[in-house]
Amino acid sequence: MTAPLIEAKELVKLYQMGDETVHALAGVSFVVPRGDYCAIVGPSGSGKSTMMNILGGLDTPSGGRIVIDNADIATLTDEELATFRNRTIGFIFQSFNLLPRLSALENVELPMIYGGVLPKERKERAAALLTRVGLGERMSHRPTQLSGGQQQRVAIARALAGRPALLLADEPTGALDTQTGKDILNLFSELNREGVTIVIVTHDHEVAAATKRTIEMRDGRIVADHLNGSRAA
Amino acid sequence: MMRTADLVSSASRALRSNPLRSALTALGVIIGVGSVVAMVALGSGAQAQVERSIASLGSNLLIVVPGAQATGGVRMAQGGGGRDTLTLDDVEAIAGLEGVLAVAPSQRGNAQLVANGVNWNTRIEGVTPSYMLARDWEVAQGRFFDESEERQARRVVVLGATVARELFPNVDPIGQAMRISGGSYEVIGVLESKGQSGFGMDQDDVVLAPLTTVKRRISGRFRRADTVSQISVKAASEGELNRLQEDVENLLRDRHRIRPGDEDDFTVQNLSSITETAAATTQVFTYLLGGISAVSLLVGGIGIMNIMLVSVTERTREIGLRKALGARQSDILHQFGLEAVTLSLAGGIVGLALGVAGAWGMTSLFNLPLVIAPQNALMAIGFSGLVGVVFGAYPAWRAAKLDPIEALRRE
Repeated sequence: MTAPLIEAKELVKLYQMGDETVHALAGVSFVVPRGDYCAIVGPSGSGKSTMMNILGGLDTPSGGRIVIDNADIATLTDEELATFRNRTIGFIFQSFNLLPRLSALENVELPMIYGGVLPKERKERAAALLTRVGLGERMSHRPTQLSGGQQQRVAIARALAGRPALLLADEPTGALDTQTGKDILNLFSELNREGVTIVIVTHDHEVAAATKRTIEMRDGRIVADHLNGSRAA
Repeated sequence: MMRTADLVSSASRALRSNPLRSALTALGVIIGVGSVVAMVALGSGAQAQVERSIASLGSNLLIVVPGAQATGGVRMAQGGGGRDTLTLDDVEAIAGLEGVLAVAPSQRGNAQLVANGVNWNTRIEGVTPSYMLARDWEVAQGRFFDESEERQARRVVVLGATVARELFPNVDPIGQAMRISGGSYEVIGVLESKGQSGFGMDQDDVVLAPLTTVKRRISGRFRRADTVSQISVKAASEGELNRLQEDVENLLRDRHRIRPGDEDDFTVQNLSSITETAAATTQVFTYLLGGISAVSLLVGGIGIMNIMLVSVTERTREIGLRKALGARQSDILHQFGLEAVTLSLAGGIVGLALGVAGAWGMTSLFNLPLVIAPQNALMAIGFSGLVGVVFGAYPAWRAAKLDPIEALRRE
């Protein structure tokens, strides 16, 4: 447990936009220790979405090196990336991305299906997770029968289902009203206190202030990296 | 890696979420498989019918008729040639050949029958008792005439089933009297029914009488006394049939003094080769019908591909999410592939059931035997599965190759 969870060195990501080469990431280095709770903030075009895609194993860097939970992302095959997303990462999206045909319980089971977990264990774990996020009474509800906050809680339970090393949230409160957003951030804080490492990608500085640490990006570089005073360890 | 059971339940759930669309998509395959099964069954039924009815003329049978063979080969035995070239001496000579089980001369004529106040125009065959053996025929009721009755040209007749039914609908025909061409005859037997021949002729619409009787009193009166219109030759075994055919031809050429190169004045017809030709012809029709129906199966497959492509587009975001949650390309490929195969396989099974029902309906309508080979049924199912694999492969591959970042961004 001595190695940091995330270690990025001189990370570069290039995109070809017509004739122009865009440096989405232009040499980014940072370290996230296990148990951290940090926010990556920046305006659109700052490279934070690219950063999140690479952290989540959806994209690979063009240069530099990033090791997450002892896995060098650039060297992984497609299959290994799928396993990495399944075992190491728990994704939380702005728009929840629950499958409308499935019940809350079945949505939480989904990553475990791809992890090859047997049905009985899957159901038990999914039920326990839904109870943990406060939806023990609504397991058989469809997403459309749940409020936005409840849907995001289902999505958080789903993200935790694979017992991931890293919870990766993309604007998790962006589609919620202020109070519900606060509740979700409180849930994140609780989970972090229980030992879950969380990275939130957001453009909202208020959201960032709820975390322990803020990494600010602009034009593909980190321009600031500081602990948030009130919550600093 | 996804477990197979989870794969199956995921695919069936996706199909059940839009039952009408799934049913309409499968309908293409249902129609395709159904028509292939029905058409092939119908063709096979026709083939079996043709084989059965030709076989009913008699097995291991050669039929010798006067006159040269018509160009092109197959001409049916019943007709008889124009000239009287076959004689009773020819019959005697053929009987002496090796491998002959029975030789039966016959003289064909038409006759007006009157009995019970009913008129009936039919075919009358003057035959010897050996005709029954040569033609694999049995008496159903009463008895057949014997050698001495034949020699004495007795006025006795054995009726075909159709004639017996038409002339004596309510009475036992045995012992009844009837008039043929002005003379009085006694009915001594009724033949068992043979049904239609492969050429649409009712084989039971016939009267058998002693050859001498017919020659002298009915149709042979204006011809030479020792000629016959047909000789039936039954071989002892099927293996000897071709050799026997050659022997009969050589013998008759020799007896009729036909020089090498000259045309025969007789024709030997081999029923087993006629059967083969007829069966081959109906088989071609079977393949043709099956092939045409297979085109509709192809159209059904294209329908599946179309709907699967629509489905992949609609579910792009879902595919992106599944990938983000750890689905491998192979998981996505299998999921969509399985949906296509399930659709086509379900269509195949329903189509098979409808095809069998359709075949049953049509064969009973056309009075054909219902022939459904189990391997054809299995092939129909297997083929429908293959259609799913072939036409589901491209949409599934498209789904598997989707970029998860792009897919998640899609609304």
